[in-house]
Amino acid sequence: MSADLVIDARDLEKSYGSGSSRFDALKGVSLQIAAGETVAIVGKSGSGKSTLMHLLALLDEPDTGTVQVAGKEAKALSRREINELRNKEFGFVFQQFFLTPNVSVLDNVILPLKIAGIRGKQRRTRGLEVLNQLELADKADKKATTLSGGQKQRVVIGRALVNNPRVIFADEPTGNLDTATGAVVEDILFDLNREQGITLVIVTHDEDLAARCDRQIYIRDGLIVPGGAVHSTDHSTDHSTDHTTDHVGTHTGAHNPTHAAAHTGAHSGTAHPGADATGPTASTTPASTTSVGDAS
Amino acid sequence: MRTQDLVATAISNTFRSKLRTTLTVLAIFVGAFTLTLTNAVGAGVSQYVDAQVGALGSPDVFIVTQASQAASADDGPVEYDPNGSAMVSSNQGPPGTTTQALTDADLTTISDTAGIESVDPVRSVQPDYIENGAESGTQYEFSINATSAVTTADLTAGAQLDGGSSEAELVLPDTFVTPLGFDSAEDAVGASVTIGITDILGEKHTVDATVVGVSLESLLAAGAGANDALIAELAEAQSGGIDTAVTSYGVAIAHFDDTLSAEQITALKADLAAAGYTASTIEDQLGAVQTVITGIVGVLNAFAVIALIAAAFGIINTLLMSVQERTREIGLMKAMGMSGGKVYTLFSLEAIVIGFLGSAIGAGVAIGLGSILSNVLADGLLSGLPGLNILLFEPASVAFVILLVMLIAFLSGTLPAQRAAKQNPIESLRYE
Ligand SMILES: Nc1ncnc2c1ncn2[C@@H]1O[C@H](COP(=O)(O)OP(=O)(O)OP(=O)(O)O)[C@@H](O)[C@H]1O
Ligand SMILES: [Mg+2]
Repeated sequence: MSADLVIDARDLEKSYGSGSSRFDALKGVSLQIAAGETVAIVGKSGSGKSTLMHLLALLDEPDTGTVQVAGKEAKALSRREINELRNKEFGFVFQQFFLTPNVSVLDNVILPLKIAGIRGKQRRTRGLEVLNQLELADKADKKATTLSGGQKQRVVIGRALVNNPRVIFADEPTGNLDTATGAVVEDILFDLNREQGITLVIVTHDEDLAARCDRQIYIRDGLIVPGGAVHSTDHSTDHSTDHTTDHVGTHTGAHNPTHAAAHTGAHSGTAHPGADATGPTASTTPASTTSVGDAS
Repeated sequence: MRTQDLVATAISNTFRSKLRTTLTVLAIFVGAFTLTLTNAVGAGVSQYVDAQVGALGSPDVFIVTQASQAASADDGPVEYDPNGSAMVSSNQGPPGTTTQALTDADLTTISDTAGIESVDPVRSVQPDYIENGAESGTQYEFSINATSAVTTADLTAGAQLDGGSSEAELVLPDTFVTPLGFDSAEDAVGASVTIGITDILGEKHTVDATVVGVSLESLLAAGAGANDALIAELAEAQSGGIDTAVTSYGVAIAHFDDTLSAEQITALKADLAAAGYTASTIEDQLGAVQTVITGIVGVLNAFAVIALIAAAFGIINTLLMSVQERTREIGLMKAMGMSGGKVYTLFSLEAIVIGFLGSAIGAGVAIGLGSILSNVLADGLLSGLPGLNILLFEPASVAFVILLVMLIAFLSGTLPAQRAAKQNPIESLRYE
């Protein structure tokens, strides 16, 4: 059932700071993502969604745990190989636009190609193609600063897909947008998934966006929790403080990491089979490598 | 990223913050401007000196004197030797230096030294005036360069002196052309002039000579040139017919075999030194002048380099600000797979671009202003030194200045570039 896993993350732990200011952002998360899947990472602010996404995208290294990308162990890869992987196989949409001001829209979009060392003419052709696809061709030579929020987000998506990536990681792609524009951006992303088979990993607060994905990973205080639980507790804790009692939060057992890891493994396991059923690559021959199966 | 993309990106990044770049470039400009000018002064002066050396000519000539008797203080007085010759004042060495005169016996010793082909004493004559032989007009004070017989004049008209001629020949400095009533330098050539001289008894004599050439006045060989025949005539007039018992000369000029190599010349000098004579080539003598000029240019260069070091801090500051400002951009590029090395290269290139801008503009403006200044000075303040082009811009030294500044800029860029290269993409992107 782990056929064609793009990403296979195991027991990820990540903490920031040290001593008394030490903060455990992730406390043992395991997650498998198959090629062509759309996965939503949902959770409250500060729950560790961005941290998890960064680890999955090899932007950061976990304190413990392993990440495999397309069957390759990230730790075994050289820095150059990792750079190459991010450059060629991944597309990024960050929580902010991070467009370079005073540089044209086209130049912003083709940045990954420039980094990849593709020649100027080819870059331009591909950049215009992407801008056309996103209905921004007329803005190509405008400065990025002159665009509206929705247009900027489309440029950002253009930048993420210009290198024909295998996976697009999007952190709150609609967070900065009004509902109507947000819907347009969502449509673009899901069209990419449907038409080009690009795997989507979307971090979001938005329940509606999460619902459009094949699978939802609910994360809370650095741990994956079952969908229903987080959904209900999310509402129940909206008016209480972050770290106070609720049954999901207390059973994580931060003092007993192994125990916690076992639990989260089980949770992600329960979430996975649904994804396999709907993912476009579900028909590929299953490989017999161990996966979530051992936890379920 | 391809190299050409890195360069293009670095250039366009440099122009992104125009005011800041301009100010930094200005600081470098000052240093590069100064350095270009001081180098040009050095080159201009040494080219002039070289030309003068050329004018003084004869590479196969030693100027020979008795070895200096300047005794060290604790040696005490030297016992008088009646056979020794008189002390004569010579222009070899610092002013006031006296050396023992050369006698005819010394001249024989020198000419017997292996490698020396001939030796001639330099007889110095002090004429009083010169006047136009045809018109008998105003008399002008006048001097003759004692070594002119062995040197090559920087001629504007006519020909060099003929040493073998029995005719009294003169090469006239061009400043005398108009006062003596000649229309042009060419007009003066072939004319006859009268030279007045007073003998040791106070009696006045005149000697006639023919002008064979007109020369540019030179810094290191002032006065007119006279051939051996003229000098002999003047010397005879000056002696007033009295033959002094011991003929003595301050300086002698020795010709050596011009096929000798530099080491052989040095060896020959050592031989003469062992025999008690100081021999120096004309180049040796001018070397002293050049050393002084080189020293002055060196000091000026040091100031320029100090200005450049100050500018280097400007570059560091500018780039650190730039790195700070572009934290997210750097983070983004790194997230998208740009290696630290490439980020480092990008920022180093930006430093180099700034350095190039400052130095190219500085050198350009220095050349422009310097050429104007050089012309103005040549017609004004320095008109007394014809042929001196005080600022000489050599392409190689201008290129050297630009490359040096670019190197300084690159070194200044190391710290900021390193900082940029080390940035953690996640931290950078988190930065608000
Ligand atoms: N560099 C860091 N230094 C210290 N603490 C950090 C750092 N990065 C993240 N954290 C902490 O880790 C926790 C998880 O952060 P993360 O950015 O993953 O949250 P998130 O789920 O993405 O939140 P949001 O929805 O607001 O983006 C937060 O409590 C945050 O304070
Ligand atoms: Mg986040």
